[in-house]
Amino acid sequence: MGFLDSILGRRKPTRPNLDALFALPTASLTLQSAAGFTPTGVGSVCYRAPEGAAFADVQGDVQALLDADGGPKVERTVDDFGFTWLVCRHDTGDMIGLVTELHAVNRALEDSGFGPQLLCSLVGFTHPDGRSLGVVYLYKRGTFYPFAPGPGTQQRDNALELQARGAIEGDLKIEPDLSRWLAIWGAPGL
Amino acid sequence: MTGVMALMAVLYLGFMAFLIAYGFDTIFIVVIAAAFAVAQWYYSDKLALAAMGAREVSPQQAPELHGMIDRLVAMADMPKPRVYIADMEMPNAFATGRSPQHSAVCVTTGIMRRINAEELEGVLAHELSHVAHRDVAVMTIASFLGVLAGLLTRWGLFFGGGNRNNGALPFLVIWLVSIVVAAISFVLVRILSRYRELCADRSGAYLTGKPSELASALTKISGDMARIPTRDLRSHESMNAFFIAPALKSQNLHSLFATHPPLEKRLEQLAKISAELGRPM
Repeated sequence: MGFLDSILGRRKPTRPNLDALFALPTASLTLQSAAGFTPTGVGSVCYRAPEGAAFADVQGDVQALLDADGGPKVERTVDDFGFTWLVCRHDTGDMIGLVTELHAVNRALEDSGFGPQLLCSLVGFTHPDGRSLGVVYLYKRGTFYPFAPGPGTQQRDNALELQARGAIEGDLKIEPDLSRWLAIWGAPGL
Repeated sequence: MTGVMALMAVLYLGFMAFLIAYGFDTIFIVVIAAAFAVAQWYYSDKLALAAMGAREVSPQQAPELHGMIDRLVAMADMPKPRVYIADMEMPNAFATGRSPQHSAVCVTTGIMRRINAEELEGVLAHELSHVAHRDVAVMTIASFLGVLAGLLTRWGLFFGGGNRNNGALPFLVIWLVSIVVAAISFVLVRILSRYRELCADRSGAYLTGKPSELASALTKISGDMARIPTRDLRSHESMNAFFIAPALKSQNLHSLFATHPPLEKRLEQLAKISAELGRPM
C-alpha cells in the first residue's frame, strides 16, 4: 500500500482465492480421522442479493447451469437476515463434486461482477453423536473457520470449534482473528 | 470534495502564517486548541455515547441487531464495532470512535420501532461506512481550525488587552480575522460534512445492494423528524454531524449551514444507484 493510498484512505481488498476451496476434500479426510466428523454432503454459498433485474438474471443462469448435470436440484433459500443461500446436495462421499459445484457458484457470481455480494461458503459435517459442524470459507478474507452450533438456541460450541481448528489448520488457511468467526445461525445444512 | 479540502488547507496555512506574522502568543493557543481537538477525537466514542445516554448491548441482549452488523462487517471486511442502543423516541442512528478498531454504532429505540429490518440494515450500512471512512477523524481535523479561531475570538478578549508587545490595533485585527476565519471554516466544515454523508449513503447502498431500502428508511426518518417537537431535539443539535438524518429541521436556515444534504439529493443519488444495479450486464 502506497503512501498516497493511505493519505486518501484507500485500502487494497484481500484478493479472494477461490482455489482455496479445493483444499476442502483433504481437510474433510483429516476431520474424519482426527475428530470423527463425516461430511453431510450438503454445501451452500451465501450472498446478498441486490435489488434489480440484473442480479436476478445471473442468479437464474447459475441455478440453471448447476441443475443441468442431472444431479439433485440446487435449492435457494433466504434466511432471516435477507441473505440468500444456494444449497448444493451431493453424496456424502463425493466431497470433490460438492466443492466443484460451490466453486462454480462463487466463480459465476464473481465473473458477473457480483463478487462483493458474496459472504461465505459452507460445507456441513456431522458426528455420530449428533453434533454438527460447519467449515466456513469467508470470501472477503480468503480464510476458513469452523462453526459449531451449540445445544441451546444461538449458542456456539466453542470447544468443538477450537478442536476442529486444531485438526484442520494444517490443510486450510484458518482465519486468525477470532472476532471474524461469524455466527451463521440457521444456515441450511447445519 | 477535494476542492473543499484544498480550500481548507489554504485557510489553515493562511491563518497560521497570519498569526505568526503578527507575533501573537500563538504557541499557547495552538497547543490548547490541538489538545481540545485530540481529546475530542480520542474520546469521541465515549463523549457521543454519554451525550446520548446509550448503553452497550451484548449479542444475547440484541441478537438481531448483532447478527445484522456481524454480516455487514463480514461483507465489508472490517472489524466489528461495539453496539449501543439509546432509549429515545427520536428515530436516529450514529457511528463514532477514533478508528475502525475503536468504534461504536448506536441506534435509538425510536428508529428500531419505526423502520423494518431491511431498512435498518441500510441505515447500519450507512453508519458502518462512516466508520470505514474514518469520518470522525476527518471531521475533527477539518473543524480544528474553526475551534482554534473560536478560541481566539473568545480568549482574545481576556488576554489581548494585557499584551505588552503589541498595541491595541494588531489585537483588534487578529480578533476580526479570527471571526472571519471561524465563519469561513464553519461553512467549509458543513460542506465537507454533506459530502461525507453522500459518500456514506453510496457505500452503504453498495454494501447491502439495496439502495431503495436506505431511501425508504431516510424518508420515514425524515418525515418523523419533522413531526416531533423541536424542543427535545435542540439539546442534541451538537450531535448532528454524526446522525443519519439531522435532528433539527433547517427549513429557515440556509442550506449552506446544513450538516446533511437535503433529502431530495440523497434520494436522487440512491435512485441512480438502484437504476445502475438493475441494468442488465
